[in-house]
Amino acid sequence: MGDTLSGVGVSSGVGYAPALRLSRATPEPSADARHDGDADAEIRRAADAMEETARDLTARGERAGGAAREVLAAQALMARDPALADDVKRRIGEGATAARAVSEAMAVYRDMLAGAGDYLAARVADLDDVRDRIVARLLGVPVPGIPDSETPFVLVAADLAPADTALLDPERVVAFVTREGGPTSHTAILARSLGLPAVVACAGADGIVDGTPLLVDGVTGQVMAEPGEEQVADARATAAAREAAAARITGPGRTSDGHPVPLLANIGGPQDLPAALENGAEGVGLYRTEFLFLDRADAPGHDEQVAVYRTVLEAFPGGKVIVRTLDAGADKPLAFLPAPAAEPNPALGERGLRMLRRHPLTLEAQLAALAEAQRSTDAQAYVMAPMVTDVEDAEWFTAAAAKAGIEHAGIMVEVPAAALRARHLAGAADFFSIGTNDLTQYTCAADREVGGLSRFQDPWQPGVLELVAATAAAAGQAGRPCGVCGEAAADPVLACVLVGLGVTSLSMGATALPMVRAALARTSLAECREAARTAVDARTAEEAASRARGHLPGLADLGL
Amino acid sequence: MAERRVKVESEVGLHARPAALFVEAASTASGDVTVSKDGGAPVSAKSILAIMGLDVRNGDEITITADGDDAETLLDRLVEIANAG
Repeated sequence: MGDTLSGVGVSSGVGYAPALRLSRATPEPSADARHDGDADAEIRRAADAMEETARDLTARGERAGGAAREVLAAQALMARDPALADDVKRRIGEGATAARAVSEAMAVYRDMLAGAGDYLAARVADLDDVRDRIVARLLGVPVPGIPDSETPFVLVAADLAPADTALLDPERVVAFVTREGGPTSHTAILARSLGLPAVVACAGADGIVDGTPLLVDGVTGQVMAEPGEEQVADARATAAAREAAAARITGPGRTSDGHPVPLLANIGGPQDLPAALENGAEGVGLYRTEFLFLDRADAPGHDEQVAVYRTVLEAFPGGKVIVRTLDAGADKPLAFLPAPAAEPNPALGERGLRMLRRHPLTLEAQLAALAEAQRSTDAQAYVMAPMVTDVEDAEWFTAAAAKAGIEHAGIMVEVPAAALRARHLAGAADFFSIGTNDLTQYTCAADREVGGLSRFQDPWQPGVLELVAATAAAAGQAGRPCGVCGEAAADPVLACVLVGLGVTSLSMGATALPMVRAALARTSLAECREAARTAVDARTAEEAASRARGHLPGLADLGL
Repeated sequence: MAERRVKVESEVGLHARPAALFVEAASTASGDVTVSKDGGAPVSAKSILAIMGLDVRNGDEITITADGDDAETLLDRLVEIANAG
């Protein structure tokens, strides 16, 4: 039996497989690296590495499909570029090693693209990736990116960015372990959407050696290296028993005394619909449309948007689908919507609705596509804007939606000022949806992606709960629905507390739905309210969670 | 040598998908194929890096040249790509 590391469990379940590390850094070949004199042999090495890289990129693109295939096909063309090959040949002829020659030749193009304006700057990252892949092959070090393995593995990384995970094969990855990240990081959200166990903020992750068998428990946050057979079996049995208990409850979300709480899914596109339907989602509470826009040189066209939105709406005939308009900026930069200037704190910068107010035509095009998609389906399309700060923002957005012919326009409450002024915002919006991830980030002033701040990335922080309470109360007084679509809704204990605070619907990654449905079904509305009252009164996040649990006796047989 | 002057109608110019299609089509030719923008120096149409470096946008005027027997057919195809999408 080996060491046990601990981090924060952010996506339940148990995974067991050898570790493989995501590598990102490729060393820079030194400027004085010279080959041993056989230039022809060195040129052949370079040509082979470029061709193998092109083939690998093409194959990855074929597997990924969609927009990723086009990006990867263009990268394969870069690796096979004849002008680049000529330049590499010349540099090797002058004595440089293959790795150094590739690095220098690509730097020339890099400078040219980087200097050519915003439009091409985004391609620099693609070019750098191609260079790193070729150079890594030539140096004999791991090729950067998600490891390509024929057998299942636990993915270990410093952190995961959305771009890293676009090509992830969920059939091969059985769990994630990252050094950085909190409960609301991309790793956590992705893991929950894929139903994979994940542990983040795991300080010892850097010391894990490739190939070490790891047992990852996404509930306790424990990562055991080289576990015994018995430990693996025990961990799997506990996870299975919990899942079985959750699977027994079906139907729409409600408390044990029948108070309805619609349970909705957070999705990133049509690919997430099967999981939402399998887990009994009653609709979509958060459709993150930015995934349609990420990693492309230009905005998707009208027809493409209509087709994608229609696919989502058609999956919920008669149901509610809340579409969040483009949430770009900060950790989700878009090549065609650059920030107007460098931002020292992008999370406090031009993002979400702020960005769209600068680019109203992008919003107009998105709303028009949605309005058209809605016309041919039975679903009720709702739209909401991210990062609304004040009444002026809310009024601007609802006017834009009305102009496009969309009847239901709401706002996300994730800026503390919006939560505090919810009574005024309720007059300007049809509904609220509290984004607890960002609300927590901004309330506690703790960047979501910084692993060392996980104590402040906790939606159990009583300051956050108090803002949720204020928002829900203001919505209730104005007769407006107030949902939660942050990851807080996916925590079955906290879900009960949110209902007790007056939240009217809960939306989460689909795989969390059965456990939340089961938790609500074992709890009365009065118990939810009592748990909420005691949690808001607590002095610390830990105390809030433990006090709330004490008022939710029905959760014990779920192992919560 | 055959030559065409085209005003690029592709919405994204010679970037993204049109650029890749353009280079793929040019690469099938046995002879040299070049592109220049606004009377600038011609670059190889078989090099995606050189094409991207030209930064051809919607409405820009480019000149495409090609050698060999299949030159006219190839130019037809390249003009079509520059104007689609």
